[in-house]
Amino acid sequence: MTLEVDVAHRLGHFTLAAKFTAESGLTALFGRSGAGKTSLINVIAGLLRPERGRVAVEGQVLLDTTAGVSVPPHRRRIGYVFQEARLFPHLTVRQNLLYGRWFTPQAARREKLDHVVDLLGLAHLVERRPAGLSGGEKQRVALGRALLTSPRLLLMDEPLASLDSARKDEILPYIERLRDEVRIPIIYVSHAVPEVARLATTVVLLSDGKVEAVGPVAAVMSRLDLFPLTGRYEAGAVLEGTVAAHDDAVQLTTLAAAVGPLRVPRLALPVGSPVRVRIRARDVMIAVQRPEGLSALNLLEGRVAEIAAGSGPIVELRLDCSGETLLARITRQSVERLALAPGKPVYAVIKSIAFDRHSLGVAGSPHGEE
Amino acid sequence: MFDFTPDEMTAIRLSLRVATWAMLASLPFGIAAAMLLARGRFWGKTLFNGVVHLPLVLPPVVTGYVLLLLFGRHGPLGAFLADRFGIVFAFRWTGAALACAVMGFPLMVRAIWLSLEAVDRRLEAAAQTLGAHPAWVFATVTLPLALPGILAGMVLSFARALGEFGATITFVSNIPGETETLPTAIYTLTQVPGGDAGALRLTAVSVVVSLAALLLSDVLSRRVAARLASA
Repeated sequence: MTLEVDVAHRLGHFTLAAKFTAESGLTALFGRSGAGKTSLINVIAGLLRPERGRVAVEGQVLLDTTAGVSVPPHRRRIGYVFQEARLFPHLTVRQNLLYGRWFTPQAARREKLDHVVDLLGLAHLVERRPAGLSGGEKQRVALGRALLTSPRLLLMDEPLASLDSARKDEILPYIERLRDEVRIPIIYVSHAVPEVARLATTVVLLSDGKVEAVGPVAAVMSRLDLFPLTGRYEAGAVLEGTVAAHDDAVQLTTLAAAVGPLRVPRLALPVGSPVRVRIRARDVMIAVQRPEGLSALNLLEGRVAEIAAGSGPIVELRLDCSGETLLARITRQSVERLALAPGKPVYAVIKSIAFDRHSLGVAGSPHGEE
Repeated sequence: MFDFTPDEMTAIRLSLRVATWAMLASLPFGIAAAMLLARGRFWGKTLFNGVVHLPLVLPPVVTGYVLLLLFGRHGPLGAFLADRFGIVFAFRWTGAALACAVMGFPLMVRAIWLSLEAVDRRLEAAAQTLGAHPAWVFATVTLPLALPGILAGMVLSFARALGEFGATITFVSNIPGETETLPTAIYTLTQVPGGDAGALRLTAVSVVVSLAALLLSDVLSRRVAARLASA
């Protein structure tokens, strides 16, 4: 699957001028509120007609303003999960789920109701009406409804934004399953670093209507120059590893990662499962000698690769740990006291409890890019 | 006292038939006009709005007379419809239904218009992304969501038709068995000696039927509203 987008549109004082291509997997359109993310996917869906632009999926042109082509939304076969579930209140959950199926050409119907109901855990809801569902349940039904049209591409506009954190955790695994099992290409709009770090294959970073960076999630998230845009507080390196062992006596799991073993709170995943972890820069301490008598369980060896320039009290460091990137935020005073400079060997210290459930997720299978 | 004379029964039956036809025949036009007012953006919308509401403010006699001029046997529309489709309004019960439909039209349109404006356009966009052609979106999302207003509009039109007097009597006169509806029958009875008992009986029927219609509409729209309780 290839999605090509090239759009220019003016809305009052705001100018959207974005161009990117997305391949299979989950592409996160990431940026602050007002960066133009929703406008951009509305253009892809056909709900917003830009002043100038071109959108093509798998080579089929859906929009080309110079050629006067604009396929209406109902003929684009692009699924859309909105921020508010937008379920039809006059229909039952089953009728909502099947709504789009009527309109899907017979030959294109890949998804079956039973399969989608299983996949999203909706079996106990199908006879109910949307009004009685929780926010998380509504969003799962909306996901199933879009999926049952057998779309070639799924757009998701901050589907978790209106949910509390427990409901978010309820939905995230389902989105991971869509990405890894259904293998449907997803364009996922979000301004939340944890979601993007956990779900994205590729990140398109938007700022003020422009594309600032495109690349694999680990690469974009570890660029110090993008910190002002990715958000300093949540910023951190994204690493992939596998579950190596569980230690039930102390309720910890050991992950095998390129940076070395990581001890994290016990995960409910079988040994060998691929996982993705985000290590927030603010959770990483730096030592120049191997520290003794520390409570922290993770000690990684590496070198300082880059020190971000700046004048504030806090400095961001990029570390090279066995070829992987790790980020750290420490005070300028510490940088001076420890005489940190690019190339200097250091130890990165990370508490196990820094790995909370918001920073751990199932990674796509290694062959997810096929 | 409720031994209706055959003439009274005829008037009751005729009134119900006229009101039912007036309501049903004006419904598609009412929905179309409400849709134009709620969603349309066109030149002359204010004027269109005014024309739709005209029967509400004009003296009914004037409306009836205009209908007579337009739909009478020699009126431009009346002659055309009679020659082409064999539809005659003048001095027929169909004319009474037309007069009632026109008089109830603004009430029907207002009710439907309001409920169409309350329909969440975002649901319509969602239906489009699910592959529904705009016409299907209208039929499967917009109309069902506007149903409370449509029911209310139908009942208002029906109730207005039961009470219509001025336009009817001007347009199609007061012919027993053809155009003599409840109000005109009551009026006639009050004009003849000894007609009081009959007038009273028909008045009671009017009250009961109108009240029943209103109660029914209330029950229906409550049921629909409960079903549509915002998701």
